[in-house]
Amino acid sequence: MIKQVKGMTGNEAVAWAAKLVNPDVIAAYPITPQTIIVERYSEFVNNGEVDTSFIPVESEHSAMSSCVGASLTGARVFTASASAGLALMYEILYVASGLRCPIVLAVANRAFSAPINIHGECTDQLVCRDASWVSLFGESAQEAYDETIMSFKIAEHPDVLLPTMFGIEGFIVTHALERVEILSKSEVDSFLPERDVDLKFCPDETNTFGSLVLQDYYMEIKRQQEEAMTNAYRVTKEVMEEFTELTGRTMEILEKYKLDDADYAIVSYGATAGNAKAVVDRLRAKGEKVGALKIRLFRPFPSLDIYKALKGIKAVTILDRSVTFGSPGTIVQNDLASALYGRENIPTLHGYINGLGGRVLTLPEIEEVYEMSKHYNEINMSSTTDWVGYRK
Amino acid sequence: MNTIFNLYIFVCRVNLYYNTMVISLAEIMDVRINGRGGQGAVTASRLLGEAAILEGQYVHAFPSFGPERAGAPVTSFARISAEPFTEKTEVYEPHIVVVIDPTLLEDVPVADGLRAEGTIVVNYDGLKESLMKYFDTTHVNFYKVSGSKIAIEEIGRNVPNLVMLGALIKVTRIVSLESLIKVTVNRFPGILGEKNVSAIKRAFEEVE
Repeated sequence: MIKQVKGMTGNEAVAWAAKLVNPDVIAAYPITPQTIIVERYSEFVNNGEVDTSFIPVESEHSAMSSCVGASLTGARVFTASASAGLALMYEILYVASGLRCPIVLAVANRAFSAPINIHGECTDQLVCRDASWVSLFGESAQEAYDETIMSFKIAEHPDVLLPTMFGIEGFIVTHALERVEILSKSEVDSFLPERDVDLKFCPDETNTFGSLVLQDYYMEIKRQQEEAMTNAYRVTKEVMEEFTELTGRTMEILEKYKLDDADYAIVSYGATAGNAKAVVDRLRAKGEKVGALKIRLFRPFPSLDIYKALKGIKAVTILDRSVTFGSPGTIVQNDLASALYGRENIPTLHGYINGLGGRVLTLPEIEEVYEMSKHYNEINMSSTTDWVGYRK
Repeated sequence: MNTIFNLYIFVCRVNLYYNTMVISLAEIMDVRINGRGGQGAVTASRLLGEAAILEGQYVHAFPSFGPERAGAPVTSFARISAEPFTEKTEVYEPHIVVVIDPTLLEDVPVADGLRAEGTIVVNYDGLKESLMKYFDTTHVNFYKVSGSKIAIEEIGRNVPNLVMLGALIKVTRIVSLESLIKVTVNRFPGILGEKNVSAIKRAFEEVE
């Protein structure tokens, strides 16, 4: 297969992939560092290269509300946001999932205010973990491209019907030029058939959506969402397998790097995972038996897969580019701890809050953090959480 | 046996090159472009990256974003390798530095972090030797070209960003002149592209 290659930033990759998908409706509001996604897409609309109805709304709350309305008509719907914009959508995120609208949302992960900051950090997306959205992270412009296309297929699967968000970090991915292997329109069309919807808003039918449900049925509806989330685990794996066949690039819910004979592991997600792999290479050159695990699928959290990947490892360094205050661990560390607790042959867990507001954790700093984890393990500390890479 | 020996030689060479432990067998070249807001440092790193991608190389090229105003010192980066790499950090120890604006020499430590045996190319109209006033030239390869003069004469404006790339690729061969011209014409179709190509070619010839 001859691979077509194009130089694109992460944002451009999302826009170009969305162009191949050609969603029926996009409603979006600009926010740095997401703006270029919708800016490029609005050019495609303006040039008549796509037939998407583009709704430039007045806020992210309205963006997500418009997406919900459009999705309920059976339309294929896309939007993008970041940070404060995603926070403003938060109320409607629950409406989207509760009404089973398979909306796809690209997140250009950015720190929250205050103090105001436009740079990369993943807290914005991680705190949406309870909203019943499938949640993916991407490491590169290539993964941004790939996850844009896959997200629609996961979200719209009849066993799932849940909205799906995927995140790429502000600037270091969204604004960085990388080599991207691109797909053709016909390849995407065969991978992603038209949405097939039984129940929808339609001029000829009488349906009610979003009605009041009290003690009688509310909990059953929530339980259905949980079952959909369980299905999303299986469907995401299937979709990634199919995508791997299509592209020849291995795409999995977890990426395992040199883990087979490893005594130690570095767990991360997003762009940090790229740095973790580079550090693994440096440490391996020094004779360290270390590997890396990248979490691509954050919700549903692939607990058993993670256990299998980390079973027998002595100590795990978790590089978490997010912040939570007064918590027992970092956001991802808490999930890892829950996933591993009570199982046999589990590693000690060492979480590190790092990289907030675009702060760079350099490769030598990651090596230092790795040595800290080894030290904690040697003195029998089973779980630790530290902040790293800040002025003390 | 021969292969192993070659690999050994290669590793030694990389070792020498990095003047440190072996980081990776693939040679990654880190480029930093120092300019001022409005001079096209961002476009320069982008087009350098696009040219490398055109040649089948792997790239991570990006600007350092902040509250930049026109005239304020800015940096952009391009990390380029013939082999895939996953590192995603800013560049702190560049192999190559390009200085787009000569006035930066007075204001910014332009050779900061430049590796031993690294290369620095400066837009500078004076004698090459007088660059020694501005940074330690003992362990680096340093070059100059009258980028602003070329830009004004060929493009009609003092926008020497792509001009400096012309000089850079002559002394480093990080991408070919042909690739750089292709991406320039693609980015700036018409007369502006032609003028930039003339300027790039002149810098390619005149760098010393």
